[in-house]
Amino acid sequence: MAHLSLENRERATRLISLYPKDRSALIPLCHLAQSQDGYLTQEAIQDIADLVGVTPAEVYGTATFYDMLHTEPVGRYVVAICTNIACLLNGAFELLEHAQKRLGVYVGQTTNDGMFTIEEAECLAACDTAPCVQVNHRFFGPLAGESFDALVDNLESGRLDDVVPPHGVLNRVERSVGLTSSAKREAAQ
Amino acid sequence: MITNAAPIVTRRMGYEDSYTLSRYLETGGYDGLKRALTMSREEVADQVNRASLLGRGGAGFPAGRKWSMLRAAPTSYLVVNGDESEPATFKDHLLIERDPHQIIEGALICAYAIGAAQIFIFCRGEFALGLERLQQACNEAYRIGAIGREIFGSSFSIDLVIHPGAGAYICGEETALLESLEGKRGFPRIKPPFFPAVQGLYGAPTVVNNIETMSNLPWIVLNGGDAFSSLGEGSSAGTRLFALSGRVNRPGWFELEMSKTTFRDLIFDPALGAGVPDGRSLKAFIPGGVSAPWFGPNELDLGLDQDAVGKAGSMLGSGSVVVMDESTCVVRAAWRITRFFHRESCGQCTPCREGGGWLEQILRRIEEGEGREADLDLLMDVCDNIAPGLTWPPQQTTICVLGPSIPSSIASSIRMFRDEYLAHVRERHCPMGGHR
Amino acid sequence: MTEIDVSDSESLPTVSVTIDGSVFKARPGELIIEAAERAGVFIPRFCYHPRMDSVGFCRMCLVEVSSPRGFSLQPSCFLHVAEGQEVITNSPKARKAQEGVLELLLVNHPLDCPVCDKGGECPLQDQAMAHGPGETRFIEQKRHWPKPIDIGPLVALDRERCIQCARCTRFASEVAGEALIDFAFRGSDIEVAPFALEPFSSYFAGNTVQICPVGALTAHPYRFKSRPWDLEQAESTCEGCAVGCRTVAQSSAGALVRYLGVDVDGVNRSWLCDKGRYGFEAVHASNRLVTPLLNSGEKLEESTWHEALFAAGEAVREALKEHGPSSIAFIGGARLTNEDAFAFVKLAKSVIGTDSTDAQLGDGLPAELVLGLPRATINEATNARVVIVLNQDLREELPVLFLRLRGSVVDGSTDLIDCSSVPTSLSKYATTVRYVPGDLARVAALIAGESNIDAFGLDQGQIESAKTVLSSAGLGADGEGLVIVCGRGDLGESASVAVSAAVTLHRLFPKARFLSALRRSNVHGALDMGLAPGVLPGRVTLEEGGEALVRTWGSVPNERGSDAIGTLESGAQGKIKVLFTLGADVLADVPDRDLAARAFAKIPTVISIATHHDRTTAAASVVLPVAGEGERNGTVTNIEGRVAPTTQKIVPPGVAWPAWMVASEIARMIGSDLGFEDHSAITQEIAAVAPAYHGVNLSLANGDARRAGVVVPVGAVAIDIRSPLLDPIATPGISSVEEQGAPMRLGKTVAAVPSGDARPTTPGGLQVLVRALGAAPVVTAPKPDSYSYRLSVRRTLYDRGTLVQSSSSLAPHHAPFGLRVHPLELARLGVSDGEELMIRSPRLAHRVNVISDASLGRQVVVLGARNEDSGAFGAFDLIDARELVVDVRLESI
Repeated sequence: MAHLSLENRERATRLISLYPKDRSALIPLCHLAQSQDGYLTQEAIQDIADLVGVTPAEVYGTATFYDMLHTEPVGRYVVAICTNIACLLNGAFELLEHAQKRLGVYVGQTTNDGMFTIEEAECLAACDTAPCVQVNHRFFGPLAGESFDALVDNLESGRLDDVVPPHGVLNRVERSVGLTSSAKREAAQ
Repeated sequence: MITNAAPIVTRRMGYEDSYTLSRYLETGGYDGLKRALTMSREEVADQVNRASLLGRGGAGFPAGRKWSMLRAAPTSYLVVNGDESEPATFKDHLLIERDPHQIIEGALICAYAIGAAQIFIFCRGEFALGLERLQQACNEAYRIGAIGREIFGSSFSIDLVIHPGAGAYICGEETALLESLEGKRGFPRIKPPFFPAVQGLYGAPTVVNNIETMSNLPWIVLNGGDAFSSLGEGSSAGTRLFALSGRVNRPGWFELEMSKTTFRDLIFDPALGAGVPDGRSLKAFIPGGVSAPWFGPNELDLGLDQDAVGKAGSMLGSGSVVVMDESTCVVRAAWRITRFFHRESCGQCTPCREGGGWLEQILRRIEEGEGREADLDLLMDVCDNIAPGLTWPPQQTTICVLGPSIPSSIASSIRMFRDEYLAHVRERHCPMGGHR
Repeated sequence: MTEIDVSDSESLPTVSVTIDGSVFKARPGELIIEAAERAGVFIPRFCYHPRMDSVGFCRMCLVEVSSPRGFSLQPSCFLHVAEGQEVITNSPKARKAQEGVLELLLVNHPLDCPVCDKGGECPLQDQAMAHGPGETRFIEQKRHWPKPIDIGPLVALDRERCIQCARCTRFASEVAGEALIDFAFRGSDIEVAPFALEPFSSYFAGNTVQICPVGALTAHPYRFKSRPWDLEQAESTCEGCAVGCRTVAQSSAGALVRYLGVDVDGVNRSWLCDKGRYGFEAVHASNRLVTPLLNSGEKLEESTWHEALFAAGEAVREALKEHGPSSIAFIGGARLTNEDAFAFVKLAKSVIGTDSTDAQLGDGLPAELVLGLPRATINEATNARVVIVLNQDLREELPVLFLRLRGSVVDGSTDLIDCSSVPTSLSKYATTVRYVPGDLARVAALIAGESNIDAFGLDQGQIESAKTVLSSAGLGADGEGLVIVCGRGDLGESASVAVSAAVTLHRLFPKARFLSALRRSNVHGALDMGLAPGVLPGRVTLEEGGEALVRTWGSVPNERGSDAIGTLESGAQGKIKVLFTLGADVLADVPDRDLAARAFAKIPTVISIATHHDRTTAAASVVLPVAGEGERNGTVTNIEGRVAPTTQKIVPPGVAWPAWMVASEIARMIGSDLGFEDHSAITQEIAAVAPAYHGVNLSLANGDARRAGVVVPVGAVAIDIRSPLLDPIATPGISSVEEQGAPMRLGKTVAAVPSGDARPTTPGGLQVLVRALGAAPVVTAPKPDSYSYRLSVRRTLYDRGTLVQSSSSLAPHHAPFGLRVHPLELARLGVSDGEELMIRSPRLAHRVNVISDASLGRQVVVLGARNEDSGAFGAFDLIDARELVVDVRLESI
C-alpha cells in the first residue's frame, strides 16, 4: 500500500484542520504516512504534497532534513543506539559494536529478514539510563551485551509487541476533541 | 549546600500515576489556571515578572520580559519548546512524560497572559511515550473544559495543538522550531528580526517558551511571584531542574534551589550525584550542555547560578551537567561532541556546515594516532573562523548559535588538556586506551 | 504612471553611511552590499543575487558593521543601511572572516577546474586565486558524490561542486513559482534535489545554470562546448517571443554556443525562458537554407541568387502587367528585424503598390487595435493596481511576461484577473473568470460593469468576484491604474471576439492601458513598420501617413488591402498571382490550414523568404535564404513598443543574405531602387519617415538606451535610469565591477525624460478607428447545441514551430497536447480516459485519443494547435476562419 489509505487521508484532513496554515501539517502527515508503510513512499510524498499544497520536491526536501523520516524502507524495528557524550562515557561504543555483531549488520543497514535496522543516534534525552537505546522510539537502558541480546530476543519473539509497535507508529493517542484551528474556524465564520 | 526548598515542577514525581488527570486534579491541578482566570492578564504577567523566572531552555532570558516584548497584533501565538535535544539534557523529557498536564496548564496561563490565539506544544518526535501522554492530557483537558471555548466558564477561549518534531537538534533553536512548525526545513531564520515576539510563527508575534518554564507557571500563580523569587539568589531565582550524567554514581534529575547549591554538591553529595564511581577523581565537567565550555575541578565550588557560571567563562545553559573522570579521553569526548554538531548542523552557513566536518575529521585523526602537532593550532584557527576571537559569550560568523557552540569543547579541552592532545600525537595512539 | 523618474538625484532622500572611511549617500532601504558596490567597494559574495531575497547563507560578504553595541561581523547582503552606520569591509577581522569562509568553501570543493565549464569565469576560482593562501590546510578526505547527475532534461548537477548557496532553489520557488528542486538532507549532506518522479523540467530551468556561482549546474547545450576565454560576446535581444528579453549572445569558433540573460529593469530583469536561451541552436540546424532554390517544375533545386531573383522579379513584373498590384500579396514578417520589415513594406507599398501585407497569420489581432489602443509598458503592468489578462496561458506564449506578472502578484503590487477559457499558470494567483470560447467579449463587458449584457451561461460568482476586485482596488477615474494584457484570447474564437473585448474595456475604462500579448518575436516591430493592411510605417493609417510618405517614397497604395486570411481567400479564388511569404510557415501556422492549402494550390508563384526548410518553402516556386537571429544587425520592437538592438555575432550560413537586401534586389529586378546601402541607412529612414519612431536612432546611441532600449514614441515613457546592479556571477564580463560601481548612476539622466505622461493625447487615425470599433455591439457567440462541444485551442511553448523543432535541445521536449474532455462528458459519451474517439467539425472528422481533464468546463474541449509533424492532425485542421467559434461533435468509435 503505497498511497495513503482512505482512512489515513481522512486522518490527514483532520490533522491539517488543526493548523492555521496547511503546510504546518507536513511533518505530522509524514509521521502518518510512516505509520502506514514504515517509511515515506514516493506515492505518499505525492499525496502529502497535494494535501498541503506544496510540490513533492518540497516534501522530499523537508522530510529528508529530519532524522526520523525515512525515504527508503527500514526494518520492522529501528534500533537507535545513542553514542553521545553521556552514553559514550558509559560504554556506548562497546554496545554499538556488540549490537552490530549480534545483528550482523552495520549502522544504517537492515537485517536480511527485514526485522532490524541499526542507527547510531544522537542524544535521546535519557542520559540517566546510559547507554540508552530506542527501538522504534521506545526507550531501553542502560544496556550492555547481555541485556541487549535479551531485548533482541524479546523483540523477535513478539513479547514486546505491546510496548514496541512497528516502525513509524509514533503516537497511538489521536486528537479526539476540538478539531479545527481557531484561526481557520474564525476565517470560516 | 542543599536547601530544603520544596520541589515545584517535580512535586508529583513521587506518584507512579503522576501523568494522569485524576492524580493531577487530586494534587491541585488546574487550580493555577482557575486562579489566573480570576485575575486580569496584566496581573498574571506581573506575577511572572516578579517571580524573575528565567527561561529554562538554555539562553536564560527572563520569561516576563519576553512576554512584554510581544508586538501588538491581531493574532499572536504561544509555542512551547519541547524539542529537548541538547546532549545530556533530559529534564523536559521527564516533565513531558511524567507531568503533561502541568505543562498544558502552564501554557494556558501563559497564553491567557499574553493574549495568544493558539498554543502549539512542539514535542521532540523521539519522545513517543511523551507524545502519547501529552496528547492524552490535551484530550482530557479539552473534556474538562480547561482548553477550548470559554475555559472554566470564563471568557477565555483557546485551542492547543500537540505538534510532533521529526528529529533535528537544530529545531530547538526557536526560529528553526518555528520554521519546522510551519512545515519547512528546520533552518534558523536570519536576524533581524531578532525576536519571534516581533515576527514569529506565520510572521505573527510569537512567544516561544521552554517546557520547564511553562511548568513553573501554575505554582507561581498559586503562590505568587514573590514566593518564587525568594528562592535562589539574585537573577537566578527559584528552583531549577538539573540533569546529571556521565561518570557519576547516581546520574539523574534533581530539582534544586538555584545559586545556593554548588556543582560540588550536585556531583558529590550522597543524596545527589554521590560522586565519581570506582574511587576515581573528577577530571572535568560540562556545566550546561555540550554547547558550553568545559570546567575543571577548580570550578566545582561555583554555585548553580546563571551569572556566576557566565562570568567564569561558560554557561548554565540547559542545566545539564556531564562529569568526566580521570579515565576519560578528552580528545574522544571533544571529537564525539564535535561530531554531534557536525551531524546536526542545518547546513545553511558555510562556517558551520564545512567547519564542523573539518574539525571532526581532525579530532578523529588525532584520536586515532594520526595527528600532527600543528593540528592543535589548526583546530584553534578553524574554530576562530566560526567564533572569531574565541571569546565567551562567543561572537559568530553564522546565522545561529549552533556554529559558535562547536568551538566550546574543542577550545576549552585544548586549553585544559593540551598535554593529553600532544600525548596522542607523540605516542601515535590514544594514551587513555580509547579505540575505534 | 511613468516609471521612476530620477533626473534630479538631489530630490531623493538619502542615508549617510561610512564605508571604509568614506561617507556615501545611500538610498533608504538599500542593502549594505549594494550601497558599497555603488560606492566603488565590491564585497565578495556567492549567495546574494540582486533579484532574489537575501538569505545570508554563504557568509562570504561578512563585514564589520557598527551598532550601539560596537562593531560586529554581519552579512552585508542582509543588513540594510542606516543613518550614521559605519561599515568596514577590509579590516583584519573582516578579511579573516571572508578568507575563513573561502577556505571552508574550498575544503569539500573538488579541484577539477581544468575540466569544469565554469573554470575561467568562476567567482570561487577567482576569489581563491586572488585571496587564497595558495596551499590547502585540508588534508582530509573530500566529500564524494557520483557526478554529474541529470536533474532535468536540460540541466545536470555536480553535487561535489555545489556550495549550497540556494540560488537555484530560490529561483525555482521565488521567481518561477514552481519548486521542482529543493534542498534535501541536512548539514554537509545537503544537496539540491528534484523529486524522483518529477524531473526539473521547468521552462525556466536554464536560469539556474546561469546564476549558479560554481560549476555545479550545467546545461547540456553548453557542456564542454567552449572555454570562457574563447568566447566572443555581444549584447542583443532575444527573438524567441515578443517580450524582447535582453541577452548576451556568445559564440566560439564562429558558432553560437550560449545565451545569457542581461538585467534590464523594464523587461526581463536578467531572466530568460529556455526557449529563448536554447532556441539559438536552430541557427545551426541541418534544415537551414543555405542557397536559393528554384522549383524546376518537379522539385526544388539549388540555384544562384541571380537566377532566383530574376525568376522572382519576372513573376512580379508579369503579375503587375497582367493583373495589377492587388494580385501580389505578402504574408509574414514577424521574424524580421524592423529594418528588414521596413524594406519589404517599401517594396510592397511603394514599389509594387499593394497594401495586402500582413505580419500575422490570422492568429493575431488587427493592427489598428494593437497600434491604436493606449499602450502600457511591462513595468506599468507590474505596478498597476489591477491587471486583467485576456489571453490563454502567458507562460506558454510570453514566458518572461508570466514571470513578471506572477512576481507582481506575489509581492503584493498587483491584483490579477485572469479571463481564459481554460485554467492557466496565472490562475492560482488571480481572480479567475472561465468562459466558453466566444464569450470573451461578454465577460469583458460584464466585469467592467456593463449592465445590459446577457450573462447566461457565465459563472455569475466569478464575474462578481472580478467586479469586486476592480471596484475595491482603488482605481482612478476612468480606469486609471488598470492595465489590460490583451492577446488573441483563444484561437478557438475569431479575432472579432478578442477585438470586441478589448474595445469594450477601452470604452468603459478610457484611461486603462493595454499591453499586447501577441507572441511572435518582432510582430510589434513589423506592425509598426506597416506590415499590415491599412497602415504605414510609424503607426499611422494609409490616409494620414500617405501624404507625408509620398514625398519620400513616391507613392503609397490608395486603398486598403487584405490581411492574411483575406489574401488566402482571394488566393483560393485564383485572384492572387504572386505571394511572398516572409519567414512564415503559412501552410502550417495559419489556423485555417484547409484554407491555406486551397490557396497554395491556386497561387501560381509563391516566393518564400525564409531561414529554414518548412512546409511552405517546400511548396514555393522560389526560395530565398536569409540571415536569422544572431546573424544580422538591426532593431526589434517588443510588446511594449520598446525598440532595442539585435546584434550580429556570426556570419549567416551558405549564401544567405540579410532580408532587407533581398527586398532591395527584388526592387531592382523590377526597375526600382529602395535606396539602402546598409541596415543603418534603413534605421535612419525609419526614424525620419515613421512618426512613432522619430528620434529612435539618436536615443539608441545613448549609453543607457543601448542596453535597455527605448520605448516609442521617444519620450513617452521615462526609462528607469537607475540601471540595476548586474549580478557579476551570472553575467561575467558584462558587468565589470567598475561599471557597476559608478556612484554617478544615481544622478545620471537619459535624454529628455518628461515628467508625467507625454504620450500624445490628440487621437490619430488609429485611435479613431479603435473608437469606432468600440461603438459596435458587444460580440456574442451562439451557444453550442447540446450535442456539440466548443473547441479551445491550446498553444504550448515547445510547439511544432520551426524554432523549437530546429533546436536539438528543445525539440525532444515537445509534448503533443491531446484532446482534453471533462470526465463527466466522457462518461456521457461512454468513452474512457485514453481511448480513441472521433472528433468532427464541419471541416473534418478525425480519430483522436482523449484525456480526461476535470479542470475544464463541461462544454469545452481542448486540443493542441499543431500536434504532430507537418501534416498530422491538430486543432488547426478543424478551424474555419470565417466562423466565430468552432463547435465539434465527439463520437465513440
